[in-house]
Order: sequence, then structure tokens, then C-alpha cells
Amino acid sequence: MSKSFSRRGVLGSLGGIVGGLLSLPVARHVKAAVQRVFASAGAPEGYDATKHWWLMVIDIDRCIGCGLCAEACKNENHVPKVPTYFRTWIERYIIKKPRPGTTETRGETLVDSPNGGIDGFPPSLVPREEILKSFFVPKLCNLCHQSPCTQACPVGATFDAPDGAVLIDPNYCIGCGFCIQACPYGCRYFNPETKTADKCSLCYHRITRGLKPACVEICPTGARIFGDLKNPVPDDPILRFVRDKKVQTLKPHLGTEPRVLYAGMDKEVR
Amino acid sequence: MFPALATLVEGVPHFDGFVYPNELLLLWSVLIVIYPYVTGLVAGAFILASLVRVFEVKALEPVYRLSLLTALSFLLVAPMPLLLHLGHPERCLQIMMTPHLSSPMAMFGFVYAWYLMAVLLLELWFDYRKDFVEWSRSEVGLKGIMYRIFTLGVEDVSEPSVRLDARLGRIITVIGIPSAFLLHGYVGFIFGSIKANPWWGNVLMPIIFIFSAMVSGIALCVCLYMAINWGRRIPQDIVCIDMMGKFLFYALVIDAGLEGLDWVHRLYAADESIHILKTLASGKLFYTLLVGQACMGTVVPFLLLGAVQLFRKKIPTLARERMYFVSAALVVLGVFAMRWNVVIGGQLFSKSLRGFTSHKMELAGQEGWLVGLGLIILPFVILTVLLKYFLPANAVLPPRGETSAAPGHAV
Repeated sequence: MSKSFSRRGVLGSLGGIVGGLLSLPVARHVKAAVQRVFASAGAPEGYDATKHWWLMVIDIDRCIGCGLCAEACKNENHVPKVPTYFRTWIERYIIKKPRPGTTETRGETLVDSPNGGIDGFPPSLVPREEILKSFFVPKLCNLCHQSPCTQACPVGATFDAPDGAVLIDPNYCIGCGFCIQACPYGCRYFNPETKTADKCSLCYHRITRGLKPACVEICPTGARIFGDLKNPVPDDPILRFVRDKKVQTLKPHLGTEPRVLYAGMDKEVR
Repeated sequence: MFPALATLVEGVPHFDGFVYPNELLLLWSVLIVIYPYVTGLVAGAFILASLVRVFEVKALEPVYRLSLLTALSFLLVAPMPLLLHLGHPERCLQIMMTPHLSSPMAMFGFVYAWYLMAVLLLELWFDYRKDFVEWSRSEVGLKGIMYRIFTLGVEDVSEPSVRLDARLGRIITVIGIPSAFLLHGYVGFIFGSIKANPWWGNVLMPIIFIFSAMVSGIALCVCLYMAINWGRRIPQDIVCIDMMGKFLFYALVIDAGLEGLDWVHRLYAADESIHILKTLASGKLFYTLLVGQACMGTVVPFLLLGAVQLFRKKIPTLARERMYFVSAALVVLGVFAMRWNVVIGGQLFSKSLRGFTSHKMELAGQEGWLVGLGLIILPFVILTVLLKYFLPANAVLPPRGETSAAPGHAV
């Protein structure tokens, strides 16, 4: 062999290559910034996300479980029309009376959500006289302050928009599903058509054009209240809601700090 | 315990109680079971090799190269299940180009590349370089060219040069031990960091993963070493096997202790998830957790290996060999059951803690039996090729620094 490489030389070149690869993350910040601006979440050109702060709150006492919201959501957002994918859904809680002779204050809790509530709810199999109380709970993305899904996304395809929405860039998502596992509320699903993670975007394409989300628009009882906290209207319904009602969030012990507030929630709701 | 309002819906897998609708279909299936399993075998096999290199356990020298080659075979396969399960595998490089640093999963590419390039391949190269030079001289044709390429042009085999190889190899192994811990502890952290899932979100998870990895890697090397010797009709080196059995036993004790501690803590702390987790363990996971992982994968090998430790002198060599082989094989299967229980078990119950969904693996398909089986077999195929070229039958392992026989004349 005419030329013998030295160990130092060979390892030096290898080190150079590895070093070069490691410096790539620096480029990431630039890319990520661009990525957020052009996130294909459906906002029109000229929309300034820093001038809004969107929020939805739920008044459980007003929900009648008609399921129109879940259906409207599927139609509006092209969610696969099978009972295993939902951006929003309705849960029915039936709390039975305590068994006679016990000192319990309430009995068993039964929960269901057939087809997310889209077809309404069939009559309960629990006889009427055994039911202590029953109510419906609409579920959607909880818009967490400390969103575990955003934290978990390995490529930054999921991000917290400056206007409070938690969005996914479907053109950047690699479809690993880690965010779906990380969401404590079961709000994310793996879209079998796009092969990416998907979730409630607050109908981003609508709200950024001055419309309400489809579920809010269609709700016949006003159980879903939606607004922009940076641009409150006179006698703003959300501000009135948080002033007049006792509100709670889902699974507060997990520290995700959900922004979606529920009024009239019972302790059985998870 | 988890009553259902009997409102069955078509197109939905069987479920009990209440499950959030998006949780009805399992997201991660057998591919994500195989990934931590394979990675664990890599880490475990490497740790076994490091016992020779760093801790100078001479008795284990016969398995040194085998364990490194085993680690390499499995490491080459490790990213495949991950890649196959992605919705968009063509975007996989984004995980390295634009890693989101708060995500444990984003570290995969770096941890993997570090381990493969900076640890395993370098260590193998330093260990083999002198042999490559010798073999490239003694072999002709393609084989000779291959060995020559593997020398990377460094053909100096003078004594100081070989001594330097040994020293650098040792340094890399020293770096390699924490790297192996990082590789698999990191896999444990992927699950342990999911606070949404009480079955996963657990501070002990990375440590349990590390020790179960050591257990599975050592056990696999025991099985492979004995099987290869049987295949090549070479008498078993009982001193070496005894030593491996000893380390397997110790690792198993720590692993079982940690997993036991996990359960003790869960049962005692008894947070809101304990009811559903108990139902999960005794119901859906009865066969894989209680029978497979705990009984066959832990208790039986523990008793067998423990008995050998206590009564080694009274048990004849052949019986001992068989006890080691059976224990090691059970451990290898038991750790697979453990990975299954973690990954699949963690998705069978609802995060509403009110019910269970069900899971049936398909035969073909992306996450089916065939792909899974293929991915489990593939590392063994790679290993067979590696053994043919880098650990031939007549190449009795020399004490470090000497040259082994030319590999071309395998029996």
C-alpha cells in the first residue's frame, strides 16, 4: 500500500464529519421560526396571530347531548367518518343512586359516547328510578398552557400558536404518534388519510377569518362559548362566564394547565 | 368493575367500560414492542463485553467478540421498527435536522448515531484492526479486499501501534458503558416521561429499562454462545458460562427488585390509577405479565440460577449448562413479554381510567405478525453473516494483542 493513513488522520476526518452533523441543530431555530409563520393551519394571509387570544369555555348545564357539534366538526374538518376519530365528542355521564342501605352519597358512574354522540344517545339501560343524575360533557382540545403534546413532538410539527391555539403542521408531522400518547385527554388521533396526528384546531381556518368554530356555530343551546380575550366584545360572554360561574379544568393534577374551562362539572368527570 | 352502558357501535374494537373514542384503536403495536426490546439487547450485550474490556473479567474473554458482534447486529436493526411505524417515514431525517429539544424522542437520532459510530464501530475497529491487517494479507480475492477496506488504510501493526489500539479500545469501552446506559435509559425515558399514562409515567422506568436490558443482553449472549458451540461442535467453556450465569443472576436480582419496588410503590401510594392498573395486570395482561414476565421470565430463572449459585459444586457440568440455557432462554422471552406489557398494556386501558379497549394483531400489514417476526429474525441473519467473516470457528480467541487464525478456513 503506497499511502498509509494515520489513525489520527482517519479519526480526525470522522470527527469533522460528526461535528458538521452536530452543528445542524443551529439551523433548526431558523427553520422552526419560518415553519411557524407558514404553518399550514389555514390562516389567511395577513392574519396577525399576536393580536388574538382565543378561548372556548363549556357550560355543562346547557349541553343537551344532541351531538350536532361533533357532527359539524367532522364535516367542517374532514375528520374520517368512523367512530374512532374525533376532534370533539360528547360524553354522557349517568350517576346512579347509592345502593339502598349504604351510607354512600352516590352510586356507580356509567359513561358512554357512542359514535362520539353524533347520532345522539340511546335511552339509558339504567332504569330511570335508579338514576341520581345525568349530564353531558363536550370534549375538545384543552388548549393547555403547558401542552404535553407540544413538548413531546420530536420535530416541532405541533406548536403553541401566539393566539392560544395548539396547532399541527400536517406537512411537517412525521406521524410518530408520540403527541397522541402524551395527551392526557385523548384529544388527538392518528388520521389514517393524512398519516399524521390530528386534533381540534378551534377551526383555525374559520376563526382567523372572523367566524366561530363550527361546533360553536351550530350548538343550539350555547353550551360552547367562544371568544377572543384580546378583543373582548361589550359584555363579553366569556368574561361573564368566568365571573358568574364556578369553573374547573380537566385533570388539573397533571400540571398541563388547560385553558378550556368547564362550568357545572361534577367530580366524576375525567 | 368497569360497567358499560351497552351501546355497542359498529366498526369499533371490543371494549369494556368507557374509553375515549380516539383511544379505541391502539396506536403503537408490535413494532414499538420490538424497538425497546432490540435496543435493550444491544445495551445488554455491550455491557457484557465491557466486563471483559474494562473490568477485566478474564473468564468472559471467549464471549467478548461475540457479544460485540451481537450488539452490532441488533443495533443495525434497531431503527427499522421505528422507521416502519412512522406515518411519514420519508420525513424521518427531520428528527435530526430540526430536533425539537424538549422531546425525548428527538434525541433518538443522536443517541443512536453516537452509540453506533462513536462507540460500537470504533471499539470493534480498534479490536479487529490488527486482525484485519493480517487477514487482508492472508486472504485473496474479494474477501481480502473487504478486510483491506476495513483496515481503513491503517496497516501499521507494530507493537506500539497495537498497544495503542488496545488502549484506545479500552477508553472507548469506558465511554461506551455510560453510552449503553444512555441508549437504553433514554428508551425508558420515552415511556417514563408520559405523565398522561400512569402505566408509563414513572421515574423508575429508565432504570428498569437499563437493568432489564442488561438481563436480556447477557441472557441472549448465553444462549448464542452455547448454541454456536453446539453448532460448531466445540466443547462448552464452562468457566465462561458459569461467569455469565453469575452476572445474569445478579442483574436479574436487581431487575426483579426494581420492578417489585415499582409495584410495591404503586400499591402503597394507591393513586387514582391503581384500580385500573390492578385490573389490567390481573385481566388483560394475565398471561403476558403474571405468567410470562413474572413467573416464567423471572421467578423460574431466578430459582434455577440461584440454585446454581448456591450448589454449583454439587451440580454436574452438563446439568449446569442446561440450567443456564433454559434460564437464559426464559429470560430472553420474559423480557420480550415485559416490553409487550409496557407498550401494549399501556394502551389497553383508557386515560379516563374507566375502561379497556382490545387489540388483535393482524397477520400481514405494517404492524402484523410477519413484519414483527421478520424484524426479530433479521438481527440473527446479520449476526450469522458477521460470524462467518469476523468470528470463524477456528479463530480461537487469543489473549488481547495476539493474532487469531485466518478466518477463511472456517470449519
